[in-house]
Amino acid sequence: MKYLTEYRDLEATQQVIRQIEKAVTRHWKIMEICGGQTHSLVRNGLLELLPEKIQMIHGPGCPVCVTPMQLIDLAVELMERGVILCSFGDMVRVPGSTISLQEAKSRGGDLRILYSPLEAIRIAKENPDREVVFFAVGFETTAPANALSVLQAEREGLSNYSILVSHVLVPPAMEGILDDPFCAIDAFLGAGHVCAIMGYRQYHPIAEKYKIPIVVTGFEPLDLVQGIYRAVSQLEKGEYRVENQYARAVTEEGNLAAQQVIHQVFEVADRQWRGIGTIPMSGYALKEEYHPYDAGRRFGLEKERPQDPGECIAGAILKGQKKPHQCPHFGTNCTPRTPLGAPMVSSEGACAAYYHFASTNA
Amino acid sequence: MKTSHPLPSTIQLAHGSGGQMTRELLDQIVFNTFRNPYLEQKHDGAIVPLKGPVVISTDSFVVSPIFFRGGDIGELAVNGTVNDVAMCGAIPEFISLSFIIEEGLEMDQFLRVVESVKRAAEEAGVQVVTGDTKVVESGKGDKIFINTTGIGNPHPKAQISMDRVGEGDQILVSGPIAAHGMAILSEREGLEFESEIQSDTTCLNHLVRELLDQFGADIHLLRDPTRGGLSGVCSEIAQDSGLGILLREDALPMDKQVAAACEILGLDPLYVANEGIFCAVVNAEASSDILSFMKQHPKGSEAALVGELHGAHPGKVVMRGPVGGTRIVTPLIGEQLPRIC
Repeated sequence: MKYLTEYRDLEATQQVIRQIEKAVTRHWKIMEICGGQTHSLVRNGLLELLPEKIQMIHGPGCPVCVTPMQLIDLAVELMERGVILCSFGDMVRVPGSTISLQEAKSRGGDLRILYSPLEAIRIAKENPDREVVFFAVGFETTAPANALSVLQAEREGLSNYSILVSHVLVPPAMEGILDDPFCAIDAFLGAGHVCAIMGYRQYHPIAEKYKIPIVVTGFEPLDLVQGIYRAVSQLEKGEYRVENQYARAVTEEGNLAAQQVIHQVFEVADRQWRGIGTIPMSGYALKEEYHPYDAGRRFGLEKERPQDPGECIAGAILKGQKKPHQCPHFGTNCTPRTPLGAPMVSSEGACAAYYHFASTNA
Repeated sequence: MKTSHPLPSTIQLAHGSGGQMTRELLDQIVFNTFRNPYLEQKHDGAIVPLKGPVVISTDSFVVSPIFFRGGDIGELAVNGTVNDVAMCGAIPEFISLSFIIEEGLEMDQFLRVVESVKRAAEEAGVQVVTGDTKVVESGKGDKIFINTTGIGNPHPKAQISMDRVGEGDQILVSGPIAAHGMAILSEREGLEFESEIQSDTTCLNHLVRELLDQFGADIHLLRDPTRGGLSGVCSEIAQDSGLGILLREDALPMDKQVAAACEILGLDPLYVANEGIFCAVVNAEASSDILSFMKQHPKGSEAALVGELHGAHPGKVVMRGPVGGTRIVTPLIGEQLPRIC
């Protein structure tokens, strides 16, 4: 497959790994932001191929993992109230405070697993007598399609469609991690897909302020080792700037049309991150003129909800302070079948990635 | 075949009542299609001539949609059971056929399914000898469910058993993986995407019989990786044999479109269902001969050697990826769910 096969090439990847080996003289901790990158690192066994001096820290870029438990409870409540709830697939097994969406479905709830919120619009049109809610989670990558669905609902005069919004943004999370006094991260691999939408202009001030290299990186094995090599090269020279390894998909400005749609519908707001807490101005909320499409408001779901349970160390995992296997519950009473927290559910979650793919000696 | 009088255009509850309408449905569609001496016995069951040990396997089919690119529920119901019998090292000869039909199913669709069962049974060389038809109220089923049970005698040269799986054995797959699951997924609500991917549903009993004729005891185990995909079968073999399995990702045969669809949807082809391939654990010394034999057979032309069993990491399946790193392959937990990004 074009754009895939050449980035999974054995020789090319191993050659870059040898370059990293040659370049590295000290121990460095590099955080890959995106869960997709974590998934690929573990799935391709790259962690065991990298030199020992390079430690990869797995970042918070798994949208399912950072969606607050309260939102899942709200979604379950909507299903119990007879709403058709539409969701991306990997959201449905994440435990709420009592049950997951999947369990709510088995109790008679109407759950539809979709790839695109525009499908939910079709379902709303086909079911004019029922309320249809799309569970709009994700980073900047899923925001344009979710925003488009609201615009389309408006254009078509659909009064039975709304979205349950839990959008989060990458740059505030990076700053949140860097502001943490326990932060020990030396460089970031920026999230390639997020940057394909948003560009990477907003990363320059972060690199400058925290004196940290940021390399916007793709998801295939060769992308990842190239991103790591560029980060290491900067670190070894004492440099810190933004670089773009993923130039085949990412430009400095990003996708301006997508950004315009986002900014038409959403505004930046405080957001709660599961396991981390509230980060100021770290997510999207619907603008006032689109409040009629806000499921939270429409269904009066603004009341207090139970907080995350204490035994899951998702916060420390998502901030890269602990590795999944350092959790006492990992693989014992927390498994993908009986997850205590979201990072064990999503295929992009660090815990699930370790559980599924980590080699016997990892 | 007459489809018009006196059958109505849809299946009705009375077609499952055991009365006159049941009789009409059976006579005009089922008995008329599967004419054979065993059905004509008109017993409550069939008396069939089998001797010695008998292999029996049963399976239920609930696929939705019932018609999909590359096949339909009728064909699947025959091939699925025929293949399960064949995986035991047996030669399937007879199958039962039971329908649970949802009231309102169009008669033409039922007829299409029955005719498809007939074609598949003919290709597999099995006879439908007994069956049942029930009708449930509208909303209590999903168009049509089918149960089939297959029986046959073990192949005289077959020595298929988990006990025979040993260190050094090699793992062959008979064809490209993940086609059936992706064909079905591509037609599901909410996941529709344009593709030409066809289900791989087919009967494997003829290839299995010829392999056993030729290689007999060198074939240690046969499994068809249906639900749960190749990872499910390999995990079972590793756990039950107490040995480790090493798979090579770049050796896995896969259609380009299927691979692309898996990439786009974020699905791992190792977990996607197959309905027309099998996995053979074979004696390493005979492995290349077995592989060449399979490749010359129309049902095994894309067969490949994908892995081997060894003593390291007992009970676990490990796959070496394209860039040389390894990962553990766990069995599927819950449903495989598409990823967000």
